[in-house]
Amino acid sequence: MSEERNRAYWRANISLMLVLLAIWFSVSFLAGIIFVDFLDQFRLFGYKLGFWFSQQGSIYFFVALIFFYAWRMNALDKKFGVEEKD
Amino acid sequence: MSAQLLTYLFVGASFALYIGIAIWGRSSSTSEFYIAGGHVSPLANGAATAADWMSAASFLSMAGIIAFEGADGARYLMGWTGGYVLLALLLAPYLRKFGKFTVPDFVGDRYYSQAARRIAVVCVIFISFTYVAGQMRGVGIVFSRFLEVDINVGVFIGMAIVFFYAVLGGMKGITYTQVAQYCVLIFAYLVPAIYVSIALTGNPFPMLGLGATMADGSNVYLLDKLDGLTTELGMAAFTSGSKSTIDMLFITAALMAGTAGLPHVIVRFFTVPRVRDARISAGYALVFIALLYTTAPAVAAFARMNIINNVDGLIYRDAPEWFTKWEDSGLIAWLDKNGDGVVQYRGGEALIPTKPVFGTGRGESGERRLVNGASPSANELYIDRDIIVLAHPEIAQLPNWVVALVAAGGLAAALSTAAGLLLVISTAVAHDLMKKIFMPQITERQELLFARIAAAVAVGIAGLFGVYPPGFVAQVVAFAFGLAAASFFPVILLGIFYKRMNKEGAITGMLTGLIFTFSYIVYFKFINPGDNNAEHWWFGISPEGIGTLGMLANFAISLVVCRFTPPPPDEIQQLVENIRIPGKAH
Repeated sequence: MSEERNRAYWRANISLMLVLLAIWFSVSFLAGIIFVDFLDQFRLFGYKLGFWFSQQGSIYFFVALIFFYAWRMNALDKKFGVEEKD
Repeated sequence: MSAQLLTYLFVGASFALYIGIAIWGRSSSTSEFYIAGGHVSPLANGAATAADWMSAASFLSMAGIIAFEGADGARYLMGWTGGYVLLALLLAPYLRKFGKFTVPDFVGDRYYSQAARRIAVVCVIFISFTYVAGQMRGVGIVFSRFLEVDINVGVFIGMAIVFFYAVLGGMKGITYTQVAQYCVLIFAYLVPAIYVSIALTGNPFPMLGLGATMADGSNVYLLDKLDGLTTELGMAAFTSGSKSTIDMLFITAALMAGTAGLPHVIVRFFTVPRVRDARISAGYALVFIALLYTTAPAVAAFARMNIINNVDGLIYRDAPEWFTKWEDSGLIAWLDKNGDGVVQYRGGEALIPTKPVFGTGRGESGERRLVNGASPSANELYIDRDIIVLAHPEIAQLPNWVVALVAAGGLAAALSTAAGLLLVISTAVAHDLMKKIFMPQITERQELLFARIAAAVAVGIAGLFGVYPPGFVAQVVAFAFGLAAASFFPVILLGIFYKRMNKEGAITGMLTGLIFTFSYIVYFKFINPGDNNAEHWWFGISPEGIGTLGMLANFAISLVVCRFTPPPPDEIQQLVENIRIPGKAH
């Protein structure tokens, strides 16, 4: 029973992680490097869009990703009853 | 009050604070010495991690590099922050659950192998020493420029401070001094940035000022104005990059994976009480880091604009004090190519060779005479990138107390990182080498003594690096990230996420990644530096980015080798199951 529960918890963790890593990859490697010149034709206020992603935007996303992950994982810990006892 | 006096005051006050915290936070057990007893709150650990992580390179050099490289500087901005996503999602919570003291602990236990542990220890010590060398130069630069003492005296003072709280306090002392150092360094970084942002754009948030319009009434965006200025002077437009896409990708990836694999960063996550604290703590750390990292590109753009506006067309005889002071320290040089006594700041290198070599005496306008030849470009000015953050408050004519603050901030950044690294070295020697490999019978008391002796010796060696800086520091920093990316990141990752990974796979993978990365960097940086250009690089990947290829090789080799060798024993597979679940009993 607990082994099955652990496996389900791990699967949920992995799929959450993969989604977040896909975003991580998109905002930095894709938007900030590979497609930077393409995005630079668009504007975000005083920034060229690609420049914004590579110099500041990706960092804001990184911060949000970690907090989202921490929040979702705490919920998953509870849902599967694997949270730490104080 | 003069800037000099204020600097003494600020630096003295901040040092007194660090020492006070060190006395209050003395360690009395190995657990306190190595991981602060595991009782650090996630918020405090976040601030400590930020100070630990942001070094003299982040504080002093990064904005300067971006100021001159423009868009290409993004590799540092993304590379040195994106690693925290990897850390928070892939490593930190599981290493916290594992719950030992060090990275070699994890490698040795997970791969049930003393050989793996030994390789890990050697890596930890090598990576940490190359990294600490850069910090000492930072301490030296700040002291010699702002306090006008000999660089060596500056290094000794810095060493004495670190000795005090690293040897006495261990991780516990370091953690709380790092929290204080974070406050000092972020305040010192933001205050001048806010001043300049208001002056240039009217926006009090420098990170937003970067995207705002100029305050001169022209209603032109700052970045557009800067692009215009730079192209007008024959330089590359500020917001366009010149590095190849593949190199940018590989360098950024190496910095990210390297960040996640750096032992002095990882070990900070052993100090929080619970798995979920490790997750959120990485978030806090990145918030604290992002405060500086989103400000840095703004500082870079502001500084570039202020330099162009203040220096191009400057009559040397009327040069402001900061200009001649930095010229005296050899970090600014001016070659009056057309003999008009006016500084022309244009695109291209000014000098051949590019670094200034000063002769004796003064030129026509009173400038320091150079031995260098004139380059074909019209540019007459050499500015060392490392001075931008330190010089910018003076260039922008900010009040003396802001100038003094920056010196204290630079020292906080360098000292906090140095202390974290020295602690990792001492832990590696006392715990991983002595206790776990050579002298398993020693008592905790003896181990603690060894840790203190090792910390003291490491401080001494780091001091030597400061007095005799090894070549060019940037060259060795590529090592730290490349090796961490090529060795620890894959081994730890596979150790957590791939239960089948065995010691044979991990060891061959780690050795492959290490030897490959090490040889590539040594070849291009030391054996054949003449060939260090895109034509000769493999796939156009520079030595700074080669750690990524080393990491991929590590992954590939270890996955192949582990298929052909026996699976890890049952208790190891149990261990992996256990670290994946936060709550289950150990």
